[in-house]
Amino acid sequence: MADGILVKQLNAWFGVTHVLKDVDLSVTPGGLTAIIGPSGCGKSTFVRCLNRMHEVIPGARATGTVLLEGDDLYAQDPVVIRRRVGMVFQKANPFPTMSVFDNAVAGIRLAGVRNRARLREAAERALRQAALWDEVKDQLGRSGASLSGGQQQRLCIARALAVEPSVLLMDEPCSALDPIATAKIEELMLDLRRHLTIVIVTHNMQQAARVSEWTAFFLMGELIEMGVTKELFTTPRDSRTEAYITGRFG
Amino acid sequence: MTTRGRHVKSAAIGGLTAVAALVVVTPLLLVFGFLLYQGAAAVNLDFFTHLPKPVGEVGGGMANAIVGSLILLALAAALGLPLGILGGMYLAESQDRRLPLILRFLADVLNGVPSIVIGIFAYTVLVLPMRRFSALAGGFALAVIMVPIVLRTTEEMLRLVPRTLREAGLGLGLSRWKVAVRVVLPTARAGIVTGVMVSIARVAGETAPLLFTAFGNRFWHGGLDQPIAALPLQIFAYAIAPYDDWHRQAWAGALVLIGLVFVVSLAARVATRGRYSAAR
Repeated sequence: MADGILVKQLNAWFGVTHVLKDVDLSVTPGGLTAIIGPSGCGKSTFVRCLNRMHEVIPGARATGTVLLEGDDLYAQDPVVIRRRVGMVFQKANPFPTMSVFDNAVAGIRLAGVRNRARLREAAERALRQAALWDEVKDQLGRSGASLSGGQQQRLCIARALAVEPSVLLMDEPCSALDPIATAKIEELMLDLRRHLTIVIVTHNMQQAARVSEWTAFFLMGELIEMGVTKELFTTPRDSRTEAYITGRFG
Repeated sequence: MTTRGRHVKSAAIGGLTAVAALVVVTPLLLVFGFLLYQGAAAVNLDFFTHLPKPVGEVGGGMANAIVGSLILLALAAALGLPLGILGGMYLAESQDRRLPLILRFLADVLNGVPSIVIGIFAYTVLVLPMRRFSALAGGFALAVIMVPIVLRTTEEMLRLVPRTLREAGLGLGLSRWKVAVRVVLPTARAGIVTGVMVSIARVAGETAPLLFTAFGNRFWHGGLDQPIAALPLQIFAYAIAPYDDWHRQAWAGALVLIGLVFVVSLAARVATRGRYSAAR
């Protein structure tokens, strides 16, 4: 179910700006990897390259190899890739014209699943996985945009999970949430990583330390260091990593 | 600056904006009030159910023109809306760099073409080959006027949909067109409906392009390939005639035309209201 990712010589650009430089990295299947680094270091761009969302932005392009369980992502149809590698964005973005239910199953319904029983089952499973079911089960028909911020973000997680990806990318999923909503999402991540590979971008180093097994530190488009989270935070090999995690810049 | 000074300033700016808004809507209220005053008396059941009376006879109505205008608007909408909306989607979603720029420019040019010229165009491509004035030619002329308006508003409204929603759809592994049709379009629906209504209101009052296409008809029309009556044409004909009774009817026609546009746009709004209209 959970797939590993191997990145080789990944380079990415916005127009002429070179934002990722020769990144080599491997993501363990079924683990939770955190990407940290100061603003503008390319960490968001990096995860967006893992499901080919980077190239959606006009003028953006990427080169290199990204292997998902041996399949080269850049040799395939991005639509197929994105069903295997789901994504949760920084700001909760439920579809405003859809109900909670419709949001949860949007990915499979719009891909052609019509069977009502199957949709219902998928919605419940995804909403349970996203720890939202108990809060919304009696109001599945209400607008997805009317939920609280934290609930909206969990709805977006459910929506991504309903497609049954093997990898989930999370681009600063808690940066717009209060501490209680953040704690819920972190709890959820710890639960999800048991059967999914998760890559999370975060500004919050405590968060990386709390939830991840592996941490990668990016600086100015380069991967500076990657290692077991505990080791990276206690005994960084690179002086720049040490400077960042001790708060001397960024 | 003192707090008091700030309050005064705030009140002054607030007052100015209110005055400006009032000045803008005043002509509308005046026109509507004057129409009511002049036309209301001549609007009666006969006006909606009877054909015009021959010269010299008092009474009669514009039933044929009311139905004619509705048919012309329906034709124009059937031809113009699909083209305008699909074209607008293309302009908003296309990845191509050059073609959308050219099309956008051409649409803006078309938007600025005087409506009588569009009438001549419809006359040339439809009336001349068919050898007769027709409802079809009239509807076509109105559609040509509608397309650029619908095209540009659709594009603008689609562009207002946040990029994050597009990305959410793409991130679920949906194709571009599916995201455009099932996610972006419904989100922009309210704005697009407004654009469509504006375009219908605009062409509902057009007279010039109908002069030598739909031509007008004092009787019920005999098919879409035959000349057809339209409210603006009838109003024009009655307003320049030397009979007081016809003048009254022209006023009534103008009032009914405005009422018609109002009812059509209200109906379209109710019919296309999303389940979560508050989301707008």
